[in-house]
Amino acid sequence: MKKNKIPGIFLSSFPLTLMLVLFSCTPVKEYQKSMLNDSEMVLGAKKVEKTEMSFQTYREGASGANGGKTGGGCGCN
Amino acid sequence: MSVTGILLSLFASFAQTPSKDSSSYKSRKLSFEEANLVSSYYRQDGDNAAVTGGIGSEKLTDLSNSIDVRFIKWDKRSRKHSFDIEVGVDHYTSASSDQINPQTISSASHADTRIYPSLNWSVEDEKKGTTFGAGLSFSTEFDYQSAGLGLNFSKKTANRNGEFTAKGQVYLDRLKYILPVELRPGGGGGGNGDDEGEHYPTKNRNSYSGSLSYSQIINQRLQVMFIADLVYQQGYLGLPFHRVYFLDNSVNIEKLPDQRIKIPLGFRASYFLGDRVILRGFYRYYTDDWGVKAHTVNLETPIKINPFLSVSPFYRYYTQTAADYFMPYRNHKLTDEFYTSNYDLSKFNSNFYGAGFKITPPKGVFGIQRLNTLELRYGHYTRTTGMNSDIVSLHLKFK
Repeated sequence: MKKNKIPGIFLSSFPLTLMLVLFSCTPVKEYQKSMLNDSEMVLGAKKVEKTEMSFQTYREGASGANGGKTGGGCGCN
Repeated sequence: MSVTGILLSLFASFAQTPSKDSSSYKSRKLSFEEANLVSSYYRQDGDNAAVTGGIGSEKLTDLSNSIDVRFIKWDKRSRKHSFDIEVGVDHYTSASSDQINPQTISSASHADTRIYPSLNWSVEDEKKGTTFGAGLSFSTEFDYQSAGLGLNFSKKTANRNGEFTAKGQVYLDRLKYILPVELRPGGGGGGNGDDEGEHYPTKNRNSYSGSLSYSQIINQRLQVMFIADLVYQQGYLGLPFHRVYFLDNSVNIEKLPDQRIKIPLGFRASYFLGDRVILRGFYRYYTDDWGVKAHTVNLETPIKINPFLSVSPFYRYYTQTAADYFMPYRNHKLTDEFYTSNYDLSKFNSNFYGAGFKITPPKGVFGIQRLNTLELRYGHYTRTTGMNSDIVSLHLKFK
């Protein structure tokens, strides 16, 4: 059976990373969010990336976890 | 008038004087919020087309246009309702699809148009920090039809620095069972050289996906997001015109399991470095029960030349293992249970790099007040299988 150690490391460190991130948070008030509200700071694909994401879904075996399609809706994987 | 022209006229007729930024008044009438027009041209080339069993030209072009228009209104309980209408039209040409039936001068699939409208509605309660949404989508092209239904729910944390989102999506797809000409009963293609006259049997493909994500503001410059998806697909998951050549040079169509479970896990981060540079990062680990494991890393660095102009170079690295059922041309045995020579399921690495250019002048792009943003982006993609592609996209935002 094939073994891939990287995912194991990633999966086991995932909760630790999540805890570290959450415990290092500093509360930010609405009036302090000018940088966070910048359109380039968006946590997701931009509109202009729409077709790029489609062709990647067609041309690669992996998809999902990026807000786009995860399968279905087209003749892709 | 083109579809795009009609839609632009439609939203222009709804357009009113830009709403004043007033917290004391929120219109209960449906009003125009914004419209986005995205146009792209994509071309690719390579020598491993799945239609011809892993050999042959992968040359393909795709011209894509989509427009989405958003209207909003507030209800009596000061909840914001958003209505999104989107229509997309893709026109593509494919050299390999012409090989489904090379006897024809120009088969039905050598060029096709895909039309995909969608409707989305959401209601946001600012006091509670919740958003609920639902959407319908459709897609149709010559050999593939799809209907989709989606639901989503989001809840912000008490301090509005975190947000949890849950999504569910179902796609019910139907595809025409178009075999390569030499494998059709009787070996015939379209009798008059035109496949559109044929009546093909159909196969179903259903996809069910659930997605959980959590975004968190870390400080005034940094925010992150964790995403976990679970996808279950069931039905006919191959394409009937993908040939496979076996060791003895016999030919059949690809055969893949009728179920697939996919698990992508993603992480995003955006960091404002100094006053002019932003770092946008994305990492995804992917695994499925067909044996594909993949890693994706993406870094984009928008640089603000001034408050209204930014340039965004980007780089994306992707690597995947082969699906258990993939073998190149004439490598499969007749005794294999499942088989495909589709190089999209082979082992490869890819690099995608390019840059974007975005302007948001205060008086509008080209002095047109309503044309709020213009973004142009180019990318070049190379795959270790030899396939390469280029894509150029234009995004116009009207407000």
